[in-house]
Amino acid sequence: MIARVIVTPKPMVNDPQGITVKQGLATLGFREVSDVRVGKYIEVTLDVSSEHEARARVEEMCRQLLANHVIEDFHFDIVRDGHR
Amino acid sequence: MKFGVVVFPGTWSDRDCGWVIDQVLGQELTYLWHKDTDLKGCDCVIIPGGFAYGDYLRTGALARFAPVMEQIGEFADRGGLVWGICNGFQVLCEAGLLPGALIRNASLEYRCQWTNLLVERTDLPFTSQCEERDVIRVPISHGEGNYFADPATLSRLEQRGQVVLRYCDANGRVVSAANPNGSLHNIAGIINARGNVLGMMPHPERCAERELGGTDGLKLFRSVAESAFKVLVS
Repeated sequence: MIARVIVTPKPMVNDPQGITVKQGLATLGFREVSDVRVGKYIEVTLDVSSEHEARARVEEMCRQLLANHVIEDFHFDIVRDGHR
Repeated sequence: MKFGVVVFPGTWSDRDCGWVIDQVLGQELTYLWHKDTDLKGCDCVIIPGGFAYGDYLRTGALARFAPVMEQIGEFADRGGLVWGICNGFQVLCEAGLLPGALIRNASLEYRCQWTNLLVERTDLPFTSQCEERDVIRVPISHGEGNYFADPATLSRLEQRGQVVLRYCDANGRVVSAANPNGSLHNIAGIINARGNVLGMMPHPERCAERELGGTDGLKLFRSVAESAFKVLVS
């Protein structure tokens, strides 16, 4: 199974990258853009027997390493191999 | 006083710290490899600047799992002096030995420049040789030194006097123009509640000899070396 993990800066954390990308988009004419937040995409391939188990394990991985709870939020979904 | 300087793959300020300790101050020095599982009897452990494990994922995120970090955590729990400089500060935050986190500089630029620091505590083993409200001139060199903590943590730090160093102007005024990276409350360095774990972004090891343009950094190293607070290892 594959976990697709998205890590984003918490709303209260200033995101200078997002602000700069937003300004870049405005320069290109995308003036409808009201906000941009830049985060990370992490793909984790797991050898587990159930989606339930995968969820529990990936949740722990996020808490222990993949995200820093001080500054980041995370969410993920689980897909079967070959369904990326 | 025996200093231990930690070396991770990607650490770059280890030799600079080592030079100040043994060549400038004549103190006992040993290097601690990231795989070491004992601290070789050190009284103060320095986690120096650099890019430990390439700063992959987040700054300091992977370094905290190194075998030597487990020893450093126990050492800190016993009252041992732990000093994180630049990347070392980031590692200490990731390891939970200090609160908060260091995020990307507000300017998005890597900043390599001199800064003025207001020393707000002189009762610590790291700052005892500084004068009250001393302003010291110390360089920074980082892309991710923007200190962040949630409002509750921040106010706790302020109430307990855990902010040791703050970016200021040459006259000691804490103003936003003197803030090189966007750190909340101009924070450049903090101490844990117990007073034995210091994290700071500026590099005192790079201003410990006249040839380098300043010697203010030596005040901090000398404080530790001459510290009356000998390690309380039980």
